Amino acid sequence: MASNGYVCRVFCCTGTSCSSSGCGEVYTALNEAVQAHNLQSTVAVVPTGCMGLCSRGPLIKVEIENRPPVLYQHVSPLIARLIVVEHIMTVLRETGKSTFTLPEFLSSCSVALDMPFFTLQKQVVLSDSDHINPEKIEDYIGIGGYSALEKALASLTGEDVIRIIRRSGLRGRGGGGFPTALKWESAGNTESREKYVICNADEGDPGAYMDRSILESNPHRVLEGLILAGFAVGAASGFFHIRAEYPLAAQRVEQAILQAHEKGFLGKSILGSDFSFTCDIRVGAGAFVSGEETALIASVEGRRGMPVNRPPFPSERGLWGSPTCINNVETLANVPLILGKGEDWFQSFGNEEAPGTKVFALSGKIKNRGLIEVPMGTPIRTILETMGDGTSSGKKIKAVQIGGLAGGLIPENQFDLPMSYASFQQTDSSIGSGGLIVLDEDDSVVELTRFYTEFAVSESCGKCAPCRIGTSQMLHYLDRILEGEGTMEDIQQLKRISQALQQASLCGLGRSAPNPFLSSYTYFHEEYTSLLKERNLRDD
Amino acid sequence: MLFRGRFLYSTIMAAETRDTGILETSINRWKDKPGNLLMILKEIQEALGYIPRDYALTISEHTEQPLARVYEAVTFYSYFDLEKPGKVRIAVCTGTTCFLNGAGHILKEFQNQLNIREGDTTGDGQFHLATLRCIGCCGIAPAVMIGKKVYGHMTPSRVSTLIHEWRNNGL
Repeated sequence: MASNGYVCRVFCCTGTSCSSSGCGEVYTALNEAVQAHNLQSTVAVVPTGCMGLCSRGPLIKVEIENRPPVLYQHVSPLIARLIVVEHIMTVLRETGKSTFTLPEFLSSCSVALDMPFFTLQKQVVLSDSDHINPEKIEDYIGIGGYSALEKALASLTGEDVIRIIRRSGLRGRGGGGFPTALKWESAGNTESREKYVICNADEGDPGAYMDRSILESNPHRVLEGLILAGFAVGAASGFFHIRAEYPLAAQRVEQAILQAHEKGFLGKSILGSDFSFTCDIRVGAGAFVSGEETALIASVEGRRGMPVNRPPFPSERGLWGSPTCINNVETLANVPLILGKGEDWFQSFGNEEAPGTKVFALSGKIKNRGLIEVPMGTPIRTILETMGDGTSSGKKIKAVQIGGLAGGLIPENQFDLPMSYASFQQTDSSIGSGGLIVLDEDDSVVELTRFYTEFAVSESCGKCAPCRIGTSQMLHYLDRILEGEGTMEDIQQLKRISQALQQASLCGLGRSAPNPFLSSYTYFHEEYTSLLKERNLRDD
Repeated sequence: MLFRGRFLYSTIMAAETRDTGILETSINRWKDKPGNLLMILKEIQEALGYIPRDYALTISEHTEQPLARVYEAVTFYSYFDLEKPGKVRIAVCTGTTCFLNGAGHILKEFQNQLNIREGDTTGDGQFHLATLRCIGCCGIAPAVMIGKKVYGHMTPSRVSTLIHEWRNNGL
């Protein structure tokens, strides 16, 4: 964003996490202080999206011309007022001096911006989140927003766009890692009068909130990605499918759609071209299975969100029977950047097999909890031990649960594994959507497995028997083991049910439901056997 | 508030009391749009806190689909309730991160203090206790949502203070 003549800008995070920590009061206090001291013409207070370090909110960042920026954590309205007086006003008064030392009581609230949590990140999708007002389209245009759309409409065809995305090597960030261009090609090649594109923002994996944060921080970037997807496959209308639990994200996307209409980026003959595109929101009403593509389509159609057999794939017959292309929020956010800066730029991050970056939500027993974006291929150890700074409890990290239900448990001795699709296939798990939940030595993997299995039971839609019955049976045996009544036969039974679930379930929910058990049993089987009734009789 | 013929989410969220006009407004707004059922239900749920039977009937008539289709959706999605909830909904997040950070203790403390089980409403109709799966506030786990407000870094000792606060000011 251009500085617009302001010497100093104060960025105040207004994401959901910081809101619940009280950023609203901080934002008001900042504005009041700026007015009280007549600084309106020199100091701008900008409400922004997520700054990443959610566990330390509310966060504000102070940027004064020719000075290094300062990030403050756990800001209260009182501290906000003190920052205006003791930091901003002092610096503005002493413009001649080259150095400035923060008073002790303020420096203790500041966060070192040179800590690995920030320096090891490579922000692509999250870039500018902490610098622009997500509710203003002008801010997005100011950082080059919608220029990729202008370029595509002026000089490219839909096939050209698909070709660029194919060369960039972009893969779906929602968990499957399916090449985005292949999906688009398939929908683009199917002849049909009506076609649709859908942005999947039904982020149901507990512990993952990347998509919520991207939508809250930079809704226009995702919208531009969706319009470009529509242009590429030849669709005239698009939908955002957003969880009802994310009211702020829905509100900001709705506002973004209205603003884009006003500026002529949506509607009839966009920017004078012959491409027309409209966009609308449909909410998901709290069903994990709705993240599955065919179930998501049912939900957008306003029906019970249950999956159906594939093929036909949605790219052939999807929403209201027409070819439909469904992409995840983070995938779409990459699209305008790739078109704007070129596929070579995109490939300069990550590795050959998976170019680009990935956003992860770091949570659980880790010190620095929040959102990070790193190049694909970054080792888990770097993320957890260097960037996350170890456990909050000071104990040893035992394992990390990656990618929620669809992912798996990675034990500490495999932390040198790089974060990429291929390396995770070897461990029978997957990156999933990007939730990283850290366990320390106190956490029981059997209890965590029970937790995930109970989740699968409650979220199973009940349509197919393997998932409906299998998950309940697994929960039954896990309960027996946790109550000290389990036997070795129960574990064998869990393995058999797992196999049945993987092979016979209709959709990804049932197929991945046994993952937590299988991966935890592979790496921590002694935790299971130590709970068995017969542990004194046998030595397993 | 109508804004260029469209309704903003925030204004729907602000509505608290049972307003008979909401059904008509909502149906009129969505009647001609495809895939409207969940959007109408969501607006009713947010305005009233549940889907009353007479409303479900009216929706079924106006969207020209059997009542069973409406209930099929209402009972499938956890976001919709069939019974009138307490005035204030306390929802303890039991997502993975909150679970690991002690959501169980927080839930137990709410149960003890309010003397109700999860899913129930207090005798005076003031509080409804529920759990939900991940509101995306994992950075400040464990989290609790009371009304529309999220409280992070929860501890069992904060429970009674919060109940007290909401009983005095929030109702």
